[in-house]
Amino acid sequence: MTTYIIRRLLLVPLLLFGVTVLIFLMLQVLSPVERSALYVKDIPKNDNAIAGIIKQYGLDKPIYEQYWRWLVGHTVNGQRKGGILFGDFGYSRTASQPVVNLISTRFPNTLDLTIWAVAPVLLVGIWLGVQAAVHQNGFIDQAARIFSIIGTSFPTFVFGLLMLMLFYVNLRWFPPGRLSDWASQAVYLNSFHHYTRLLTFDALLNGRLDIFWDALRHMLMPILTLSYISWATFVRVTRSSMLETLRMEYVTTARAKGLREHDVIFKHAQPNAMIPVMTLAGFQVVGLLGGVVITETVFNYPGIGQAAANAAAQLDVITVLGFALFNGFILIVSNLVIDVLYAVVDPRVRLS
Amino acid sequence: MTTNIPSGDNTLIRETIAIREIGRLERFLGPENYRIVTGLVKTPASIMGFILIGLFVIIALAAPLIAPPVTPNDPYKIPRDGFSSEPRPMMSAWERKPPPLPFWWKTITGTDKWVHILGTSQGQYDVFYGIIWGTRTAFRTGLIVTIATFLIGTIIGSISAYYGGAVDNTIMRVVDIFMTLPFLLAALILAAVLTPRIGKSLYPAVIALITFGWMGYARIIRGDILSIKERDYIMAARVIGVKDSSILFRHIIPNAIFPTLVLASLAIGDVVLSFAALSFLGIGTEVGYADWGQVLSFARNWITSLNTYWYIVVWPGITLVLFVMGWNLVGDALRDVLDPRMRGKT
Repeated sequence: MTTYIIRRLLLVPLLLFGVTVLIFLMLQVLSPVERSALYVKDIPKNDNAIAGIIKQYGLDKPIYEQYWRWLVGHTVNGQRKGGILFGDFGYSRTASQPVVNLISTRFPNTLDLTIWAVAPVLLVGIWLGVQAAVHQNGFIDQAARIFSIIGTSFPTFVFGLLMLMLFYVNLRWFPPGRLSDWASQAVYLNSFHHYTRLLTFDALLNGRLDIFWDALRHMLMPILTLSYISWATFVRVTRSSMLETLRMEYVTTARAKGLREHDVIFKHAQPNAMIPVMTLAGFQVVGLLGGVVITETVFNYPGIGQAAANAAAQLDVITVLGFALFNGFILIVSNLVIDVLYAVVDPRVRLS
Repeated sequence: MTTNIPSGDNTLIRETIAIREIGRLERFLGPENYRIVTGLVKTPASIMGFILIGLFVIIALAAPLIAPPVTPNDPYKIPRDGFSSEPRPMMSAWERKPPPLPFWWKTITGTDKWVHILGTSQGQYDVFYGIIWGTRTAFRTGLIVTIATFLIGTIIGSISAYYGGAVDNTIMRVVDIFMTLPFLLAALILAAVLTPRIGKSLYPAVIALITFGWMGYARIIRGDILSIKERDYIMAARVIGVKDSSILFRHIIPNAIFPTLVLASLAIGDVVLSFAALSFLGIGTEVGYADWGQVLSFARNWITSLNTYWYIVVWPGITLVLFVMGWNLVGDALRDVLDPRMRGKT
């Protein structure tokens, strides 16, 4: 177990190196002048000053030296400038603030959204999948099959636009955005404490059920848009994995020695059937971070995805690459966590 | 060749073993690949998928007849009927110079007044024209990206599997790194980086989709080659002294490549979807280029009044859904056929 985790940890610096090199190479498409936005807030207009900045930040140096400076930054007048390892991703032209500030104000919103998109799928979706397998060709099974064919054919943005058309414009059930006016005023009051910076959880911790409900109501359409594909895939994968496990001999043995059917399914079969589902859950984390770009844009939800899409549409490359770095870091960490969990659950992984 | 097959006239043989006629296609493809091909056209769902795809192929080929362009030199430019931003309803008449009348319009309706069949979107772009010519854009981008990613993936995967050892290890780690970023985000970033350099056109998005799209094929072909390497007939070839290179190119790759090839051809749906997503986000082609994502993105400013202007979302949306569904239906059948547990069953 320990050797497995150590081996897996050794992969982290390698992945970090790879991802930073990849992003750095994409930066190289920009001219030195454009790249100076990594270090200075305002790019001067006259040629002399530009040449000075290029020289000062070594933007004309060999590429490996530039890479190193990009990683650890420069010391100018005793002050460190740039350096992605210290969390300085440069200055965002479109948001007129450092990229890191933009990320730190936007990310809690995205996290809030993804938690609400993932948790119900993990809890209910897996249960539905197990039920579909146990009652094969029953109602849940058929419904899941039809839903997954239709669901996987709907592009996220088409689905989102149709949701907006139906529930926002025609039925007026769910509003877009983040909060109603009264609620956003209440959130700004000093009496409202931001413990986690995740709105729904803060609202609960402050005991403001009305704000919690308001936030959730605003998030319901984005949550559905972000997760409808996950529902389809989770139910399907759980179902087929469960069906396969139920056919195994140890399950027959369990039945033969007279265990209750409930115990056979939930204590013997399900844990084993969950292994492929865990792999899928890992892919979902990656997929969701990509999915928020479109979902948040369609619903105008102020998360990192919307910010990244806006910056990309306005060709603000420094900002977009900042988001890429941030996403890369998150994914490397979450992949690590998933792999370790995987080894905890499945002894075959840690022993191989 | 028929002489090689045990004759059906021999009653003794016919009674002891069932003789199956082997058709020309099966002989050409080999039993494994033949099973894949026949498996694809077996279920009603996959046939439905092929019909959908076929319809889109016809639309793409016949685009100039279905919706004649105003400027034949630049048919991908959606004709505009004025410049006001507010969409106009379906079946409203052309006010400024209409494109040439398509031949089928008069036979069906009896009039020779060409209308905006599906209305106009923001900026008076004709929705119908955008959808019809967008089909061509979809196939073009889909084919370019799929062929390129397939070639790159196959070459890299084969190299990786053939050399093994350190080369294999290095290549597979590079694959891991390329797969760290979510596909759509990575493509979005690269396209945004490239656009100022090569200008607004199909290419930034296409290059981005290729750059981050090849890894899957590399992994699959590598796995297939590794498993075929161990088969008996490869061993037999080694024993009789066939050269290494001819083992790889004549015996391994032709046998390993087919599943990947089928998989790649069905990925066109996903590629088109990603491309549409990018252009929906405003990355890619110039404004007014006939592609589905862009036609849909015109609706982004009209969300609060979609009850009136529903047609600017619903029609391009349905088109995209049907297109993707066609590929998905066939892809589903393919997944069943390629499932290793199904191997050997006919």
